[in-house]
Amino acid sequence: MTPQEVLSNTATIADHRRTRPATGEASRVAAAEWLVDCQIEKLHYGSFLAVRDAHVPIAGNQITAFIGPSGCGKSTVLRSLNRMNDFIPGFRLDGSVRFQGQDIYGPDVDPVAVRRSVGMVFQQPNPFAMSIYQNVAFGLKLNRFKGDYDERVETALRGAALWDEVKDKLSASGLSLSGGQQQRLCIARAIAVEPALLLMDEPCSALDPIATRRIEDLMLELKERYTIAIVTHNLQQAQRVADRTAFFYVDTSAGGRTGYLIEYRATGELFDDPREDRTKAYLRGEFS
Amino acid sequence: MEGLSQGPRAEASFRLRLGDRRTFADRALTLIAIGLGVSALLPLFSVLYMLVVRGSPLLSLELLTELTPGAGMESGGIGNAILGTVVVVMLAAGMSLPLGLFAAIYLAEYGEDSGLSVVVRFAGKVLSGMPSILAGVFAYAIAVSALGSFSAFAGGVALAILIVPTVMLTAEEALRLVPSKMKQAALGMGATRAQMVTKVLIPTAMPGILTGVMLALSRAAGETAPLLLTALFSDYWFDGKLGEPIASLAVLIYNFSGSPFEYQVNLAWAASLVLVALVLLFNVLAQVVTRRPEEH
Repeated sequence: MTPQEVLSNTATIADHRRTRPATGEASRVAAAEWLVDCQIEKLHYGSFLAVRDAHVPIAGNQITAFIGPSGCGKSTVLRSLNRMNDFIPGFRLDGSVRFQGQDIYGPDVDPVAVRRSVGMVFQQPNPFAMSIYQNVAFGLKLNRFKGDYDERVETALRGAALWDEVKDKLSASGLSLSGGQQQRLCIARAIAVEPALLLMDEPCSALDPIATRRIEDLMLELKERYTIAIVTHNLQQAQRVADRTAFFYVDTSAGGRTGYLIEYRATGELFDDPREDRTKAYLRGEFS
Repeated sequence: MEGLSQGPRAEASFRLRLGDRRTFADRALTLIAIGLGVSALLPLFSVLYMLVVRGSPLLSLELLTELTPGAGMESGGIGNAILGTVVVVMLAAGMSLPLGLFAAIYLAEYGEDSGLSVVVRFAGKVLSGMPSILAGVFAYAIAVSALGSFSAFAGGVALAILIVPTVMLTAEEALRLVPSKMKQAALGMGATRAQMVTKVLIPTAMPGILTGVMLALSRAAGETAPLLLTALFSDYWFDGKLGEPIASLAVLIYNFSGSPFEYQVNLAWAASLVLVALVLLFNVLAQVVTRRPEEH
């Protein structure tokens, strides 16, 4: 069963056209192309308002980048897309995140089912203390995949541009690989289950420039098949890989540090012709 | 080169001078550290040396396979005591490991800082420092008195009480050492919490858990006081009846070492050696089983 089928099986509404039209520039993509319509009004941790007004619909088969200074909530927004924030005590979300029309914060939604359709790659490479093969097969096993494991593992490793380096040592521990290889292993692990959406939370921040470049090339290849949302601190990276870029900023006026969306447009437009003063200043490197 | 000649000469400043206070202190501290390290090993090795010297003359197949001799007899072995120790320890493991391990999973993953886990953790720490004879007295009260007889079962209960806190606390520690990024990876893949625990948390923590288990079982295998009050001793083979007294190496050593008959005293030495060897064997086995090949 593909992730899409999993979703629509558990879905009550799977009608793409009912996806809410997005705001501003983003609405130029026809509503039917939105894979995920993320409309976060308020996101709390306990009484702390962490993020407000984050309307970032994500288009299918594109790479969407979230940029902004530290503490602007971009990782928090990303983690809202597969409900990884549920593990943080006091987490509360007002608004909706509609995945092909279905609100993943709806009352009958199993967050585990959501995470099975939305893969995630973390900042620090986090392979399991298992063999390379077992790492990639992990998600297949979770989903009780009944098919050719060898083939799926190889496809995933090829997809992550790691196959040639590890094909002779699939039984070696995932932890024996270099940092860049470990991160590509994590990508292979994530795409082995063919997720509808792949989330990447600063996937290159722990890697050297060469490994970073390989991951970026890989992302561009992956978007033929997958939809990617990425958080990055690296503006050049966003320019190199992202189709659309969302700029977040921190609002300290109410005493707290609340992240909110400033501008969300096609990457070229955002970088060449930023509309908001804060975006201009940030892109000029005047604050970080 | 000219620039160099203006500074201190390399030969002069790099030469080792033992008379220098810092050099002397460095050497002296190194020697003291080595000396103390060696002297810490002395008691350990002298015990092992004694065991080998006094215990090895009797080592033979008969020793391992024959029944304990009565007073004054000049032949016989410790076979029933070896089997008895294995049986009682396995009984204890069967009772204590599920309890200890599930408790550890609760403490590390589900309970965290809840009131219940604070109480359980505190109780575990108190119990792990409890004199072992108290476990014997307790097991006597609930198993021997209640069932009306010294028994292998009661011995298992006594040792289980000693094992539970050790296993629980060490396993919790091992589970907590699993990096949260690995747990996140599993949850991010869409694993349920139970799947994350069984497929990632426990396998990753397994070497640490097994170390704790082996430590606790080894300690239990050598316990004498609780067994004196519960399993007592038997000069016969274990025949599957858990409700009857059973022999054990620890109690054999206790009984025979004070015996007026030389052969029994020698058997006590041999039994000590066998007990230590058994514990060592189990530890090595556990290491081999949990070693992950090709880690680096």
